[in-house]
Amino acid sequence: MTTHAAVPDPRTGLRKFLRRKDDHGGPPRLTPGWTFAAWLATLAFFAPVAWMVLTSFHQEADAATNPPSLLAPFTLDQYELLLGRDITPYLLNSAMASVISTLLVLALAVPAAYALSIKPVEKWTDVMFFFLSTKFLPAIAALLPVYLIVKDAGMLDNVWTLIILYTAMNLPIAVWMMRSFLAEVPKEILEAAEVDGAGLPTVLLRIVGPVAMPGLAATALICFIFSWNEFLFAVNLTATNASTAPVFLVGFITNEGLFLARLCAAATLVSLPVLIAGWAAQDKLVRGLSLGAVK
Amino acid sequence: MTTLIPAPRAVRAHPPHQPGKRETVHKWRRRLPLLPALIFTVIVTQLPFVATLIISTLQWNILKPGERHFTGLSNYAFVFTDERLRTAVLNTIVLTASVVSISMVLGLGLALLLDRRFPGRGLARTLLITPFLVMPVAAALLWKHAIYNPDYGLLNGTLNAVYRLFGAENGPTIDWVSNSAMPAVVVALVWQWTPFMMLILLAGLQAQPGDVLEAARVDGASAMATFRFITLPHLRQYIELGVLLGTIYVVQTFDAVFTITQGGPGSQTTNLPYEIYLTMFRKYEYGEAAAAGVVVVIGSIVVATFALRTIASLFREEVSR
Repeated sequence: MTTHAAVPDPRTGLRKFLRRKDDHGGPPRLTPGWTFAAWLATLAFFAPVAWMVLTSFHQEADAATNPPSLLAPFTLDQYELLLGRDITPYLLNSAMASVISTLLVLALAVPAAYALSIKPVEKWTDVMFFFLSTKFLPAIAALLPVYLIVKDAGMLDNVWTLIILYTAMNLPIAVWMMRSFLAEVPKEILEAAEVDGAGLPTVLLRIVGPVAMPGLAATALICFIFSWNEFLFAVNLTATNASTAPVFLVGFITNEGLFLARLCAAATLVSLPVLIAGWAAQDKLVRGLSLGAVK
Repeated sequence: MTTLIPAPRAVRAHPPHQPGKRETVHKWRRRLPLLPALIFTVIVTQLPFVATLIISTLQWNILKPGERHFTGLSNYAFVFTDERLRTAVLNTIVLTASVVSISMVLGLGLALLLDRRFPGRGLARTLLITPFLVMPVAAALLWKHAIYNPDYGLLNGTLNAVYRLFGAENGPTIDWVSNSAMPAVVVALVWQWTPFMMLILLAGLQAQPGDVLEAARVDGASAMATFRFITLPHLRQYIELGVLLGTIYVVQTFDAVFTITQGGPGSQTTNLPYEIYLTMFRKYEYGEAAAAGVVVVIGSIVVATFALRTIASLFREEVSR
C-alpha cells in the first residue's frame, strides 16, 4: 500500500495539479465572445425594468411618444403625485399584511422546524410532506369557500383576513426552509451541551441561535416577498379599506384612464421593497423558492 | 461529568422499564412545538377544500336565491362537457407548457453562462433575477401598457425608430395583445420565470463535483461531450425540480391573464383560474365554480405527486449526508 503512494500514478498527479490550479482560479473563464453574449442577454432581460424606471422619471407627455424619447428631462413629479395622493394607505396595508403575517409565520414555523429537526418527532418526514402538499393545492380552488366563510364572518375588506391567509400560504415554505437551516446545527455540540447540563434557553440562545439566524432572516425575506406580491386573495377579498398595493395598481388603470409615466412610477414604487429584499437575499433566494430542496 | 462513556445513552437508561405514562408524556412534549403550526395549517388549508367538495355537489347560483339544493355530480357533468371550460383547460395546458419549457431552455442557457467567470458576473446575476422580483401585477401592467401598447409602447416605438433609421416614413402599428394574445401573455410570463429556472439550475451547476469535470477534461472529452454526458445527467434532477415547481406555479397564473388580456379576445387566453374566477364573480354559479376547482385540484395532485417524488429524492440525499 505504501509503495503505491510513494510512486504516484502520473495521471492522478496531473489531475491533482489541474484541480489545485482550478481551486485557486475558481470556475473557468468565458471567452470575450461569450462574455458579450452573456451581457447582451442580461441587458435584454433587464431592459423592461430599465424602461419602467426611466419612464417613471418622465413627464406624461414625454412618456407617451413614438418613437420613445429616452433623453427627455427627468422629473420626480410622478412620485410626488402618487405619494401625495392615494397610494399611501395601500402601501400601509401591504406593509401591515406582509410584516405581521411574516412574524406569525416565523412564530409558528420555528418551533415546528425544531420539532422536525433538532428533537424530531416520530414520522417527521411524513409531517414535512404534509406541509409541502398544502403548498401544491391551487389557491383558486380555495377562493370560493374562503370568500363565503370570510363573508359570513363579516371579515371582508379586513387586513387581518389577508394576514391569516398569507400566514397559511407561507407556513409550509417557512417550515421547510427553517428545517433545512436547523438541520445544520451540529448534533455533537447539542449532545455535549445537554450532557453538561445546559438548559433549553441556553441551548437555543448559544448554539441554535447563531447557526439559525441567517436562515431565519432568509425565511422572513421569502415570506415577505410572497405576501407583498399576492394578488388573487387581495383583489377578491378587499374593497376599499384593506386593499393592498397590487390592488391599487389595477384599480389605478381603470379609475384614472392611462397615465403611463405615473403607472411606471407606481409599479416601481410597489416593487421596490421586494427588489431590495430579493437583491439582499439573492444567495438564499433559490433555497426558499425550491422550499429548501436546493442550496 | 467528564466521562468517556457515551452519556446520552446512559441518561436514557430507564424508560424501557416503564414504557407507559412517562413515555407518552415524553412523546407529547416533543410534539408540542409542532402542534400550533400543524393545527393552523389543517384549519386554514384543509377545511376550505372540504367546503369546496360539498359546494361542488350543490346547485347554487347566488342570483337565484332559495334554489340551492343537492344535485349530486351534475356540476361535474357540466364541467366536463362545457365548451368554455374545455377551452380553459386547453389554454391552461398551452400556457403552462410553453412558459415552463421556454423559460427552462433560456434559464439553462443563462445558468451555463453565469456558471463561468466573466467581468461583472455578480452584477449580471443581480440584474437577471430582477424580473422575478418585480411585483407580478406590476410586471403585467408594464408589459401591457409600456411595451405592447400599439401607439406608444416600447415594441412599436423601437420598430418605428428602426424603420425611420432606414428612411421609411413610419413603422408598423401592431396591436400585439389583440393580434397574438396568447404569445403576449407567454412572453411576459417567460420573462418573469426564466430567472427562477436560472437560479435553480445555477445552484445545480455549482453543486457539480469539480474533479469529475477535471477528469473528463484530462481524458480529452470535448466540451460538448462533457455537457452531454456529465453536466446534463447531473442537472437532471434540478431540471425536473424546476419544471415541476414552475408548472405548479404557472398553472395558477391569474395576475397576468387578469391584467393583460382579461382572458380575451373571446376566450383565447382564458385559463382555468380565470375561468373559475369568472364563474364565481360574474356568473355567480358557485356549484360549477367549486366543481371546476375540484378538477383543478385533482390535476395539481397529479403534477404534485411527481414533484414530491423529486423533492423527496433530493431530500433523502440531504438527510443521509
